[in-house]
Amino acid sequence: MSDAILPLPLAGGGAGTSRSRRRFRMLPGFGLTMGYTLVYVSLIVLIPLSAAFLRSAELGPVKFWQVVSAPRVLASLRLSFGAALLAAAINGVFGFIIAWALTRQRFPGRRLFDAIIDLPFALPTAVAGIALTALYAPNGWIGQLLLPLGIRVAYTPLGIVVALAFVSLPFVVRTLQPVLGDLDREVERAAETLGASRFQSFIWVVLPSIWPTLLTGVALGFSRAVGEYGSVIFIAGNIPMVSEIAPLMIMTKLEQYQYAEATAIAVVMLLASFALMFGINGLQLWAQRRRRAR
Amino acid sequence: MRLCPERRAGVSPAAAALACLLGSALLGSALLGGALLGGCSKPAALSGAAPVTLLNVSYDPTRELYEAVNKAFAAEWLASTGEQVTINQSHGGSGKQARAIIDGLQADVATLALAYDIIELNKRAQLLPAGWAARLPDNSAPYTSTIVFLVRKGNPKNIRDWDDLVRPGVAVITPNPKSSGGARWNYLAAWAWALKQPGGNDASAKDFVHKLYRNVPVLDSGARGATVTFVDRGIGDVLLAWENEALLAKQQLGADKVDIVLPSLSILAEPPVAVVDQVVDRRGTRKQAEAYLKFLYTPQGQEIIARNFYRPRDPQVAARYTGQFPTLKLVTIDDTFGGWEKAQQTHFDDGGTFDQIYGQ
Repeated sequence: MSDAILPLPLAGGGAGTSRSRRRFRMLPGFGLTMGYTLVYVSLIVLIPLSAAFLRSAELGPVKFWQVVSAPRVLASLRLSFGAALLAAAINGVFGFIIAWALTRQRFPGRRLFDAIIDLPFALPTAVAGIALTALYAPNGWIGQLLLPLGIRVAYTPLGIVVALAFVSLPFVVRTLQPVLGDLDREVERAAETLGASRFQSFIWVVLPSIWPTLLTGVALGFSRAVGEYGSVIFIAGNIPMVSEIAPLMIMTKLEQYQYAEATAIAVVMLLASFALMFGINGLQLWAQRRRRAR
Repeated sequence: MRLCPERRAGVSPAAAALACLLGSALLGSALLGGALLGGCSKPAALSGAAPVTLLNVSYDPTRELYEAVNKAFAAEWLASTGEQVTINQSHGGSGKQARAIIDGLQADVATLALAYDIIELNKRAQLLPAGWAARLPDNSAPYTSTIVFLVRKGNPKNIRDWDDLVRPGVAVITPNPKSSGGARWNYLAAWAWALKQPGGNDASAKDFVHKLYRNVPVLDSGARGATVTFVDRGIGDVLLAWENEALLAKQQLGADKVDIVLPSLSILAEPPVAVVDQVVDRRGTRKQAEAYLKFLYTPQGQEIIARNFYRPRDPQVAARYTGQFPTLKLVTIDDTFGGWEKAQQTHFDDGGTFDQIYGQ
C-alpha cells in the first residue's frame, strides 16, 4: 500500500518529477479520489435528495403551493426556522464562552468538561428530549422553580429552543476550539503593549480573526437544529399553529400516507436551509476578504 | 500490493467511479455471503425444529397485555406442538404502526386500535383480503374497551361529564387523532355525546369538539405518550383515556393519585386483530399466526385480556369481572358514524372536522 502514497512527496518538487509532470497532476490520484467523491456524494446525498424533489413534483405546482402555503405548514416552518436560529444564536454566545474557557483557562476538571461537551453528539436525541422534558415540566426540578416566575418551558415554543440549543451546542464549541487554540497570543500582547485595554484587544484583535469560524459554528448548529425531530417532539407540546415543528408536520403527513405532500414540505425546508447556509457562507467570505484587504 | 500509481493518476473520474462501484459490489456480496453462511450454519447447530418468531405490530397501550398473552401462548404452543415460538412486539400510535406495515415492516399479525387502520393495509398494499374482519368472531375484535376520564385524586376540578371538559380553565390531555387510534375514539366519543344532547346536531357537535380542543395544551402522538404527560409530567386536569389505560395507570400509581370518572355516554371501541397474509405466506408462519390470534378467544386468552383491563367478549369471563367493568351507555361507530371509512373521511382526513379546529 505504501507504494501508492510514494508519489506524494515526489510530486511536491525536485528534478525527479519534472519529467512526468505533464501526465502527472499536482494532486496524485485525482481521478480516483474525484470518482470516489462523486459516487459517494451521489449515493449518500444527491440521489436521496433528488428522490425527494421528484416525489414532491408529483403534486404539480398548484397543489405544491397549496400544501406549503397552508397556514399550519407556514406556522410550523416559521417555528422551526425561528427556534433553530434563536438556539444557534444563543449557542454563538454561550458556546463561544465555553470554548474560550476550555482553551484559554486551566482549571481542575477541564478535560472532563471538555468531554461532556460531546454528550449531545452521542446521546440519542429521544433520551435528551425526555430528560429535558422531565426537568423542565411544571413538576420537574427546574420547571417547578420557574413556574412561580410565570415561566413555562416544557410544552411551549421556549421548550423547543432549549432542546435545539442542547443538540446544537457541540457544533459551536468544537468548531471554535481549534481556532481559538491556534490564535497567536503574541498579537494580543502586542495590542496591549500599544495601550489597548483587554476589552479593546478582544474586540479589535481576537473577535475579527475568529468571527468567520464563529459563523461557521453557528451555521452548523443551525442546520443541525432545524431538522431536529427526536428531542423536540417530547418537549414541544405539538399544538398546531403554536408548538408544531415542521419535521413533525412532515411526520404527520407521512402517517396519513401523503408522501408527496410530506416531501413538498421537506423540499421547502431544504431550499430555505440552503438559502440560509448560502447567505452565511457569503457573509463569511465577505468577512475574510475584508480582513485580508486591511 | 502495488496499485501502479502512474496508471491510476491518469484514470478518468468515470472509470474510477466504475471501479468504486465494482469494489462496493464485491464487498457487498462478500458481506452477503457471510450473512448467508451465518444463516445456514445456525439451524444445523440446533437439533429439532427451528424456533419460530412472530412479529405482532400493535398500538400504544397494549404492551402489558401482549407481554402476558405472548408468554401464555408460547407455553401453550410448546405443549401442544412441541414447537418453540417467540413473539416480538412493536408498539406505537396505531396509524403510525399501520404505515410501517404498509412500508414493509414484516408484521405477521396486526393488532391495531381501530378497524380503519387494518382497512388501510388492504386498500393501500393488499396485504390481506378485504373480507379480513369476517375471518374471526366478533368482527375480529377479541376484546373491547371504551373511553373514560382519568382525573387527579379527589377530582379537584369536579369533572363529571363531557360538558365539564370545555369549561374555561380545564386542561384536557388527549393525543393527536391524526396519529393515534385512541385519540380518534376520544374525539368520536366527545362528538357522539354532543350529538345526543337535546337539540344536538352536527354543527353543535363540531362546535363542542372545537371548544374541547381549545383546552388541550399538549398533543402527543400516541396514547401512552399522553398518559405519561398527564401522570408523570403533571400536565392537565383530565386525561381522555382508554379504559384499560386508565385502569392500568390507577393500578400502577396507586389509587391515591388518580380517579376514574365515567361519563354519561361513551363509545364502544373494538380494536381488531388480523393475520397479515402476505407476510405469513412469505415467511411460512400462517399456522402459528392464526393459532396466536385464535388463542385470544379461548377462555385462557379472555382471562388474560380481562386481567389486563380490556373488556372480554366471553360472557363467562366477563361475569367474573363485572366490578371492574361497570355498565356504560355506549354508542358504536357503525350506528352513530356510519362505519370507520366514513368517520375517517369526515373527521380525520385532510380538511376534515379535526383540521378545521386548527385551520384558521
